Amino acid sequence: MNEFILIFRHQDGKAVASPEQMQMWMKQTMDWIATISAKNKFVSGTGLPFDDAKVVHHNNIVTNGPFGDIKETIGGFIIVKADSVEEAVEFAKGSPVLQGEGNTVEVRMIAKRDGVH
Amino acid sequence: MQNADICCDCHRSTIIGQRDFTMQQQELIPHLFRTEFTKITSVLCKLFGIEHIEIAEDIAGETFLTALETWTYKGIPENPVAWLYTVAKNKAKNYFQRNAVFTQKIAKQLLQAENENPEIDIDLSEKNITDSQLQMLFALCHPSIPAEAQIGLSLRILCGFGIDEIANAFLTNKETINKRLFRAKEKLRTEHVKIEFPDITEIPKRLETVLTTLYLLFNEGYYSESQDSIVREDLCLEAMRLTYLLAENKQTNLPEVNALLSLMCFHASRFPARKNANGEIILYQDQDETLWDEELITKGMYFLNEASKGNTITKYHIEAGIAFWHTKKSDTKQKWLAILQLYNELLIIEYSPIAALNRTYALSKANSKEEAITEAEKLNLTDNHFYFTLLGELYKSVDNKKAKMNFEKALALAKTKADKQVIQANIDKFEVNG
Repeated sequence: MNEFILIFRHQDGKAVASPEQMQMWMKQTMDWIATISAKNKFVSGTGLPFDDAKVVHHNNIVTNGPFGDIKETIGGFIIVKADSVEEAVEFAKGSPVLQGEGNTVEVRMIAKRDGVH
Repeated sequence: MQNADICCDCHRSTIIGQRDFTMQQQELIPHLFRTEFTKITSVLCKLFGIEHIEIAEDIAGETFLTALETWTYKGIPENPVAWLYTVAKNKAKNYFQRNAVFTQKIAKQLLQAENENPEIDIDLSEKNITDSQLQMLFALCHPSIPAEAQIGLSLRILCGFGIDEIANAFLTNKETINKRLFRAKEKLRTEHVKIEFPDITEIPKRLETVLTTLYLLFNEGYYSESQDSIVREDLCLEAMRLTYLLAENKQTNLPEVNALLSLMCFHASRFPARKNANGEIILYQDQDETLWDEELITKGMYFLNEASKGNTITKYHIEAGIAFWHTKKSDTKQKWLAILQLYNELLIIEYSPIAALNRTYALSKANSKEEAITEAEKLNLTDNHFYFTLLGELYKSVDNKKAKMNFEKALALAKTKADKQVIQANIDKFEVNG
């Protein structure tokens, strides 16, 4: 069993949504995570607040970010357990993030401390 | 939408506090974000002044983003409302500290207050929330703002609707709504509209515009062409909630407010029976009255009774009276005589083509079709499809040829899909029967 991180990328992190829509997204995401938890495959996860976000550049230049140069932002991630990357991809397909056009979920295996990676 | 929601909504503000404690972690309070958005926005906007309405909206919006980022993964806190208020307060304080322009130009007084008392008082008590919302209602319904913009602004600020949802309700696009709201906000600035209760002597006058907006808000939901039935009913419920706020407040608990609330209750009681499974409108006479919401009818009668305390008679009183009679399905002579009388009074207070047409229909029921036809043809409202629909209805079985002809004229003038469907169904009946 491997662990995979599912990274939510948003095309436009500053898109204005109505409170009702936000509440719906939250419910959908919680429902989605619950279906993974129900299989005992959910490890952890967190949202990434945009407040106080900074980007540290080469030469230690710090900018307020991640907005500005890059349009795409990371909104959060979850870590799941899966037998294969295909299974992790199946989990990712259920993510409500994907309802937004241009949004993506990146699936990456987490390196094990077994000397293989 | 469950019937129970409609009733609860009137008492939303009192019920929600109790719900916080009993709420199951996994089950979100319905409309929590929307309800709290309107409260936070109103309180902050009152603090900042109406010219900074966008800042208040932004801080409220960001509060929910933070909730979205946190609750989703960590679960909903035990007291979500308190959590939201704490975050909103912190965000507002951060805003004060960070935004130099704001601090220097606008928040001077607030800053002074802060120096004397390091904690800026952002009062999210129930009383201040209600007061802020009511004062905001008066501000947004300022006579200088066009009616359409008043409704749009109220939907955004007081009902927490998104731009998409407002566009959907008005059957228009986001750009149009954005422009409309932008212009309305500009107007609020240039007119220096204050977020405050009008002077007690001015309340009845200012209340007129407020009630008109709430009436239109309700109608927008009741007659909206939008396919989204949730948005439609929510519009009505929000209009009811705001009217209820007025009725709950000592200064504004006036007969006309109760009359409007009563009218809304009677109309809303038919929600469950108004649409078939395909979302098509079921006409009153074809509705299954066992689906009508008895509890709302009872509430409507209570408010109508409250409305009759005093000497004021407004069009809301009369319309509520008519709506009351329509809560009785049976076609008695007594019912139609009463309705006819009420339409007569309504027309005296305020003429409208629809009232004139409805009066004529009542006349046909109370007296005779022949008399109604004579009266109807005098109205000569030839640019109104309801006029021809009425004539078509009156000529039925009196002169089917004329009936069909009138329905065809109505069809040519009708604009909405729902109206066209109803009229077409009438025409089709003649074709079947020859």
